[in-house]
Amino acid sequence: MKAGSNLEKVLESGKFAVTAEIGPPQSANPEPLTHHAKMLKGCADAFNLTDNQTAVVRLSSIASAVIIMREGIEPVIQMTCRDRNRIALLSDLFGAAALGVRNVLCLTGDHQTFGNEKGCKNVFDFDSIVELQVFDNLRREGKQPGGEVIKDPPKVYLGCAENPFATPYEFRVSRLAKKIAAGTDFCQTQAIFDMDMFEKWMDEVRARGLDQKMHILAGVIPMKSAGAARYMKNKVPGMIVPNHIVDRMKSAKDQKEEGIKLCVEQIEHLKTVKGVHGVHIMAVAWEEMVPRIVQEAGLFPRPTID
Amino acid sequence: MIVAKRKPLGEIAEMLASYKKVTVIGCRSCVAICLAGGEKEVKMLVSALKIRNRKEGKRQDFEGLVVERQCEKEWVKEVEDKILGSDITLSMACSLGAQTIGDMYPKHLTFPGLNTGIFGVPEEQGVWSEKCVGCGDCIIHTTGGICPISRCAKSMLNGPCGGSADRKCEVNLEVECAWAAIYDRLKLQNRLDLIERITPAKDWSTSHSGGRRVFVREDAKLTQHQKKGKEVVL
Repeated sequence: MKAGSNLEKVLESGKFAVTAEIGPPQSANPEPLTHHAKMLKGCADAFNLTDNQTAVVRLSSIASAVIIMREGIEPVIQMTCRDRNRIALLSDLFGAAALGVRNVLCLTGDHQTFGNEKGCKNVFDFDSIVELQVFDNLRREGKQPGGEVIKDPPKVYLGCAENPFATPYEFRVSRLAKKIAAGTDFCQTQAIFDMDMFEKWMDEVRARGLDQKMHILAGVIPMKSAGAARYMKNKVPGMIVPNHIVDRMKSAKDQKEEGIKLCVEQIEHLKTVKGVHGVHIMAVAWEEMVPRIVQEAGLFPRPTID
Repeated sequence: MIVAKRKPLGEIAEMLASYKKVTVIGCRSCVAICLAGGEKEVKMLVSALKIRNRKEGKRQDFEGLVVERQCEKEWVKEVEDKILGSDITLSMACSLGAQTIGDMYPKHLTFPGLNTGIFGVPEEQGVWSEKCVGCGDCIIHTTGGICPISRCAKSMLNGPCGGSADRKCEVNLEVECAWAAIYDRLKLQNRLDLIERITPAKDWSTSHSGGRRVFVREDAKLTQHQKKGKEVVL
């Protein structure tokens, strides 16, 4: 075991894993986190705490992780390279590990022009691949990029994100291979709506044996409405939502109900794709639906591994 | 070249408002080529300021002139009388020119008439795009001749990020994704093995992050004796 986290145990034991996302609040109030932690307890193996996603200022990922850990659920902290140089990234990694965080997702980060502090200076000392490589060297050898060798390096399970639907498509599997070479243990994908395209990507992933080298958790987003489907199709760069999905949402009598049904069907399908070792449910501002989705997708109860 | 843009007329007028005698100095180098601060632009600005004053019933004296290269002391020295004979100098060069005048005549006020922007390339008439940020450690031989530090919004060394759609940058859909361009170029050159390799953490100490940079060519420096022989010693 690299970190001994629950997520690591589930994935390494060969069980189909479930992770979900909790968006920290845009305030100093811990209550929404506690509320979600209580509601979601037991329905996923670990929960991602986003790191100022879309560059909107929120309660920090590490603080959020500690708050949900008090409720007895396991966090995956997201760490982007947008706001911190290597000094701050390493320091926060030490701090998070010291507080008991065992799973870390390495991300480059959304550009600040998407957020609510557009005039800020960004950092990008690293990108996600460099971040993975540095964190992996640190946990294996205690070695910092500047050469310093430290005692008691952080024991963490490292993850990454990958988007099979961003251009150039033909490079996307190679980019995953780079992340594996950099030390990733698991990969949560961008939300999948185009199953054919995802399966093509997975064919190539398997052809290169990459599914044997780390665990892929396929991303899903339950949609509340046809409007949400259209928004993701047209406005979110690097996301592909096929027309038949937009049409299906549009023609549904109860769009929310249809969104849940669609998400459950997608998970059922993803469970059958060889090389997919879990799902990552991103119910943005709709966290209360996660227990139901997990239940209906036949993924409840979650395994307990000692 | 260095690409700059003139500040809005209102902002310039406001900066100069409390000074009677104003010398506006352009530059025949980069800023003339990018149509921001050459002879023509100086003339246009001076007449615009005069018209504005006439409308508002204000009285100021403006004189416009241009030097060959405002970032070099020798050229600035040639117009020293005009500079010191005025209450204020408005530099229509890049910030380097404005600072050269400021450093040569520290008691005299020199204000910037331009906003200095980018190390850029003219793509077509009237369009300049950034292609270098002067990081001090060029790697474009490994990226198909395309600089990811300046051309990727996140300066990624291992791009493209997940927001690249239709080979465009998520930050500005008008701009090509630098890493999609790098991929295409390397493919064309049959060198895709380069993009499969991880580029490790960059040492930014050669960039501005390492502090203000001064480049010295010992072999090109003048000896004390040689310096005495030069006319312009500051």
